[in-house]
Amino acid sequence: MLSYNEKIRHIAKKILAEGKVEIVIGYRRGTLPMINEPCFIKHPEDVTRLIWDRHCGINLTNYLTQRKERIGIIAKGCDSRNIITHIIENKIKREQLVIIGVPCKGMIDRHKIASQFEEEIQKVKEDGDKIVVTGGGIEKIWKLSDVLQENCIICTHRNPVIYDELVAEPVAEQKDVNRYEDIRRIERLSPAEKAEFFDDLLASCIRCYACRNVCPLCYCDTCFVDGSQPQWVGKSQDPTDIRTFHFLRAFHCAGRCTDCGSCERACPMGIKVRTLTKKLEKDCLELFNWEAGIDLEQRPPLTTYNPNDPDDTFR
Amino acid sequence: MEYMGIEPGRIHFSWISSAEATKFVDVVNEVTSTVKALGPRKSFVKTPLTTAKNKAA
Repeated sequence: MLSYNEKIRHIAKKILAEGKVEIVIGYRRGTLPMINEPCFIKHPEDVTRLIWDRHCGINLTNYLTQRKERIGIIAKGCDSRNIITHIIENKIKREQLVIIGVPCKGMIDRHKIASQFEEEIQKVKEDGDKIVVTGGGIEKIWKLSDVLQENCIICTHRNPVIYDELVAEPVAEQKDVNRYEDIRRIERLSPAEKAEFFDDLLASCIRCYACRNVCPLCYCDTCFVDGSQPQWVGKSQDPTDIRTFHFLRAFHCAGRCTDCGSCERACPMGIKVRTLTKKLEKDCLELFNWEAGIDLEQRPPLTTYNPNDPDDTFR
Repeated sequence: MEYMGIEPGRIHFSWISSAEATKFVDVVNEVTSTVKALGPRKSFVKTPLTTAKNKAA
C-alpha cells in the first residue's frame, strides 16, 4: 500500500494543474505516530505533503459537507460509500467531485498497538506483512493482520464503489466474512445481562463527542446533544445520560452507517462504539436487504415506504 | 431497543384509527398488564440528584 504515494500525488497534481478541482482533500503525516491528519491542498506544488500508509483511517467524507467548490478527494472503500450517502442526502453534488479511489487492505488499530506497548511510541513502520514499533529503546514487531482495525478485518468493500481515478488495481474482496458474530452474541443475552453489558461498555465514556465529530453522518447544524431548548438529553456524566447519547446517536446512523470505524478510532477511551451502530447495520441488512452507500439511485430504507416492509413490532 | 437491554413487552407500538375504539381498549389493557407483570424498571433509570444525596447522607 505504501507504493500508492507517488500515484496519489501524480493524480492530485494533475487535477489541480488542469483546474478540474480547486482543492484536494487527502492525508498528511500527523504530529504523533499512527495518527495521520486530513490535508487540504490548493496548489499543485504542495502535493508532496500528501501521504498514504496504514494510518489513513480518518473518513475524509466528513470534510465534504455543504462545500461549494470543486473537490478532489481520496477515498477508500468505506469513504467512497460515505460519499455516496452524502450525495444521496444532498450534502454534496457528484459533479463537484473528482474521487481518487484507493483500494484498501485495512488500517492499523492504534488502540491495539498502544495497549500492548508500555513505552511512548515514537516510530511505527510497515515492513511487508509486519509492523515494527519503536519507542523508549524498545522494539516490538507484530503481524499486520493482528493489529488491523476490527472493522477492516470484517470489511467486504475494500475497493471504492465510486471513483474517477483509481490509484491501483482493485484488491481482492474478502469472502465468507462473519460480520456479525459479536452482535449475535449480545443478542443472545438476557435483558438484564444486556443492560449490564452496555453499562460496562460505556462506563469509561467522558462525553467528549469525538465519535460524533469524526462521523461523516453527523453533520446536523445543531446536534441533539448540544441543543438546550429543548434539551433532548441530559448533559451530565450520569450513566443514563451517557447511554441515551450513545443509543440515540446510533439510531441516527441507522441505514446510513458504512462501518468505516471512525468513531471507534477517534475514541480516546477505546470504547467499542461500533457495537451499537453495527447492530442497526445488521438489522438493515436482514430486514431490508440494505447496505448503505452502494448505489446512487436506490433510496435508503428509512426514507421509503414499501407495503412489504416488515412490521412484526406493530400490532 | 431490546438489544440495549429493555425487556420485550415494555415497549409497544400500535397503529389505531380513531374509529377503532375496541382495539384501543384492547391495546391499552395489554400494555398495562404486560408492563405491570414486568415490574418497575431497574436499569436505565436516572437517579434524581436529591435522592442520591439523601442516600449518601
